[in-house]
Amino acid sequence: MNIDSIRNGIVIDHISPGKGMRLVQLLNLDREDMSVAIIKNVHSRKMGKKDIIKIDAEIPVDLDVIGFVDPEATVNRIQDGVLTEKKKIVQPKQLVNVIRCRNPRCITSVEQEIRHVFVLRDDGYRCLYCETRAEEDRK
Amino acid sequence: MRSVIDIMDLSTAEIQDLIVTAEDIIENPDQYAHACERKKLATLFFEPSTRTRMSFEAAMYELGGHVISMSEANSSSAAKGESVADTAKTVSNYVDIIAMRHPKEGAALVASMNASVPVINAGDGGHCHPTQTMADLLTIWREKKQFDHLTIGFCGDLKFGRTVHSLAGAMARYEGTKLVLISPEELRLPDYVKKNILAPAGVPFTETTDLEGSMNDLDILYMTRVQRERFFNEEDYLRLKDRYILTEEKLKSAPERMIVMHPLPRVNEISVAVDEDPRACYFKQVLYGKYMRMALILKLLKEAGRL
Ligand SMILES: [Zn+2]
Repeated sequence: MNIDSIRNGIVIDHISPGKGMRLVQLLNLDREDMSVAIIKNVHSRKMGKKDIIKIDAEIPVDLDVIGFVDPEATVNRIQDGVLTEKKKIVQPKQLVNVIRCRNPRCITSVEQEIRHVFVLRDDGYRCLYCETRAEEDRK
Repeated sequence: MRSVIDIMDLSTAEIQDLIVTAEDIIENPDQYAHACERKKLATLFFEPSTRTRMSFEAAMYELGGHVISMSEANSSSAAKGESVADTAKTVSNYVDIIAMRHPKEGAALVASMNASVPVINAGDGGHCHPTQTMADLLTIWREKKQFDHLTIGFCGDLKFGRTVHSLAGAMARYEGTKLVLISPEELRLPDYVKKNILAPAGVPFTETTDLEGSMNDLDILYMTRVQRERFFNEEDYLRLKDRYILTEEKLKSAPERMIVMHPLPRVNEISVAVDEDPRACYFKQVLYGKYMRMALILKLLKEAGRL
């Protein structure tokens, strides 16, 4: 795959450096059977450095996941080599089954069927059930 | 379906209404003796807590209702591997309201999301125990006749003590609340409680290790027990558990107005001799807890259209 020219696919751009890998994981791109390029620490006039993900396939991507990991990222859809759509990214109010609660005392740690829900609060994402903060939130 | 999982699920206006009902029950118990006739409460206790379960059961009986229980711990449906969600769905078919206790945080919320009757959280791990806080609030109301402009001293385990976090949150909603946080360094109130509960409400607080030196400022002294199960090693527990012991002697220098509260059971934080002091309110808390549970059962059954 030529990483510079995708004919049909998705480019996630302006990702804060270091967050590209996490996005690939949470979007399950490492498990899908398709060409994906992660370009790390690309020089950027606007950001100094940035990560870029190029997906050489027209697949649906979960914008909530992108909004959770990095609301500053941009998503471009490419068709026949032309940019056809720019998606607006916002921080989702709720995140369902994307990350798991790490609190061993949380009900989600013992009951497998419960949806893992994180809710956006004033100070970041917290588990709906036990109010423990989401791991990625911790600075 | 309205459930009560966290004390913050209830507005201050609703708490005031519950207090009005509870005081009316205290004055006119006969008028409530048949209020919940033919209604059933299920007590689902996935971990033993005899006193809380008995309080709910006494509350329902005094309202003329019935109680069915899942036996505690081993014989519970949890032992057979049934999920909280399925248990809540199943039991909803038998009863009008559920009181649930579970060792895991958030379990009562999961139950309420799946039940078709109201769920009252009777404790979910170290997380929430709203009816304990309701008992505390009725005690404060009965003793002080107000919620505004009170200075509350919390003493003991402020780090893990959920009753402390919950009552602090409930009191932060009233005007002029001040807190004095008395604890060993290791058991101080967590930063997230200060940041998320006290700071937004603008509640002033001081932190100290000195119990006797703090008592003069207090309207309420809320003692807590240091829980053994919170410690990794026995040494730390033994060192900290006897740090604050309220004795008759210490209470001598405390102001007349300072009531003493404790969520019980106590270990040795309060000497038995203190029980005779008119300022000791912890057994009243137990009684008031039953009345507030009665008031809450009535409120939730009415809201659910079952009364
Ligand atoms: Zn959780």
